[in-house]
Amino acid sequence: MRSFISGNDAVAAAVRLAAPEVISAYPITPQTTVIERLAEYVESGGLDAEYIHVESEHSAMSAAMGASLAGVRTFTATSSQGLLYMAELLPYAAGGRFPIVMMNANRSLALPWNIYGDQRDSLSQLDCGWIQAYAENAQEALDMTLMAYYIAENERVRVPFMVNLDGFHLTHTYEVVEIPSQKQADEFLPRFETENKIDFDRPKNFGFSAGPDWNAQFHREHHEAMLRSTQVIAEAEDKFARIFGRKYSGALDAYRCDDAEYILVTLGCVSGICRQVTDALREEGVRAGVLRIRYMRPFALDEIRAILAPARASAVLEKDISFGNAGTVFTNVGAAAMNVIGGLGGADISREHVRSIFVRLKNGENGVIWL
Amino acid sequence: MAVSVKNLDSREFFFGHKACAGCGGSLAVRIALKVLGARAVAVLPAGCMSAVGFNFPQLAFSNNALITPFAATASVMTGIEAGLRRRGEIAHVVGFAGDGGTADIGLQALSGAIDRGDNLIYICYDNEAYMNTGIQKSGLTPFGARTTTTPITGSVRRKKDMLAIVAANGAEYAASASVGYLDDYVTKIEKAAAKPGFKYIHVIAPCPTGWGIKTNETIEIAREAVDVGLWRLREYENGQWLENCAPSRPEDLVKHLTRQGRFSALDTDKLEETKNV
Ligand SMILES: Cc1ncc(C[n+]2csc(CCOP(=O)(O)OP(=O)(O)O)c2C)c(N)n1
Ligand code: SF4
Ligand SMILES: [Mg+2]
Repeated sequence: MRSFISGNDAVAAAVRLAAPEVISAYPITPQTTVIERLAEYVESGGLDAEYIHVESEHSAMSAAMGASLAGVRTFTATSSQGLLYMAELLPYAAGGRFPIVMMNANRSLALPWNIYGDQRDSLSQLDCGWIQAYAENAQEALDMTLMAYYIAENERVRVPFMVNLDGFHLTHTYEVVEIPSQKQADEFLPRFETENKIDFDRPKNFGFSAGPDWNAQFHREHHEAMLRSTQVIAEAEDKFARIFGRKYSGALDAYRCDDAEYILVTLGCVSGICRQVTDALREEGVRAGVLRIRYMRPFALDEIRAILAPARASAVLEKDISFGNAGTVFTNVGAAAMNVIGGLGGADISREHVRSIFVRLKNGENGVIWL
Repeated sequence: MAVSVKNLDSREFFFGHKACAGCGGSLAVRIALKVLGARAVAVLPAGCMSAVGFNFPQLAFSNNALITPFAATASVMTGIEAGLRRRGEIAHVVGFAGDGGTADIGLQALSGAIDRGDNLIYICYDNEAYMNTGIQKSGLTPFGARTTTTPITGSVRRKKDMLAIVAANGAEYAASASVGYLDDYVTKIEKAAAKPGFKYIHVIAPCPTGWGIKTNETIEIAREAVDVGLWRLREYENGQWLENCAPSRPEDLVKHLTRQGRFSALDTDKLEETKNV
């Protein structure tokens, strides 16, 4: 069914199709409409789930962990201050290997207060052990949310999954979206089965301490699961393509990079205008390309470097700054000459801005540049 | 048949842990699990009981149990209860949080769970300080008690009245208890287990290490706290308060305090003052 809906609506539609049994969430702009839709679904009987009205994000994630421990599928959503308020729980949920799916509406962090989109919230939590993916449009947000359950819950992975949508630019922009049928969704998404749950026949102790003798072993296993997730992402995308006819490209989405001399690395929905500028530049004889990162974790370092290596110069454009250093995407990529910081607190990134980045790259500029 | 200490389940659900000799908190956990049985899911935040009970691979609970983040006891319990209900599992979800984990950092999540009327049994084992981190003052450290963060004068504030707070939030049942009066404690747990909604039991649980008492004095001190009227045994049920017993020897209050090293900062005047706070 085709519908004209927002990015947030698309996430809510995907969650309804995935049918989590427990939803716990706390409101924060610009995430609110996701959890409002879900509350409507639950109250109207369109989604058979427990909706827990928690008193904070800390409790939203805690309740999601508890429900996951009880062996059921869960969902929560947050943004910005809320993500940081639950920060203590993020490595906890990941270390406990609870395959929770969470939507994060990318939003600036106070101070100064600002409700608009940048990516400092989720990028500050890159090391907490979650899979982190970034959607570009509402259709991808829906598809990514469905796939998030497939990937997170897969027994080779068992790691929580954060689906990121640019605040307002994506969460509140309306687009035509293909909403799959329940039958298709059920065909795609297996039932959630796990051993990592409360079991009265074989009781277990969870969330324990592990001293120096054992600690690294748990983290290493977690890290390896994260690496294995690359394979599971590919499987999920293949199966998704077979059932829904839409094919995604794993960790990266490379546009005209094959013969590009200048490549712009991007994250999230700014990528669309970057591709438009690339097309325009190509007409003018400049061999430009765009490399959109879809997954920040697991991180496709080798593939990124292989794509950037033949180019003359590349830049990372990101809505983030790690104060005193550079943008976090840039430092992760490691192989780009220039880091462009833009879009902070929802600032516009225009086609002219993007064009100017390519011009500066051609001129041989490098280092951290503020739009 | 009603449970009593005489007919408690002989199985052990919490053993082989590393609590100090004479630990009142570990007794509170052990006894409660004997009342609630194998289908209890024990939820413990950071604190002494989780620190002594879950050292991989030496895991001390024989029922399903987990450590939660310090502030998250009640909210994790809520999620577990909802998930188990979805699975059609009948179980008791029981929390064991310290005084700090309950009255301070976990108070918000606790209030949320009470507000939702979640079907949980929350037990606060109160040793009147942050013991696991080395005896620092909590919101339930009593007036005059020395801790490592009230090292000279002792706490200048009185304990928060957690029972009143919990009742005001709308709990189904709230009761205070003492590890010195186990029959009363197990009766209250059994009562809580039979009720729907949010149940709260606050059990005073002396800590020899933090209180400056001998390891064989735990039970005696826990009884005495009730007898001298420092710790009142109360119940809140159907919107009504019930006082379980009157202090049997209020005249021994000062003697009770001076037996405990932690009250050594109190001079004669201050000791008199404790009668009023
Ligand atoms: C967010 C957070 N802050 C601080 C701590 C450190 N911490 C762990 S246990 C504890 C004290 C617990 O005190 P209480 O709840 O009274 O339990 P007790 O140790 O006395 O049994 C503290 C402060 C922590 N684990 N998490
Ligand atoms: S310090 Fe106190 S509360 Fe902690 S284990 Fe020892 S006796 Fe028990
Ligand atoms: Mg304590």
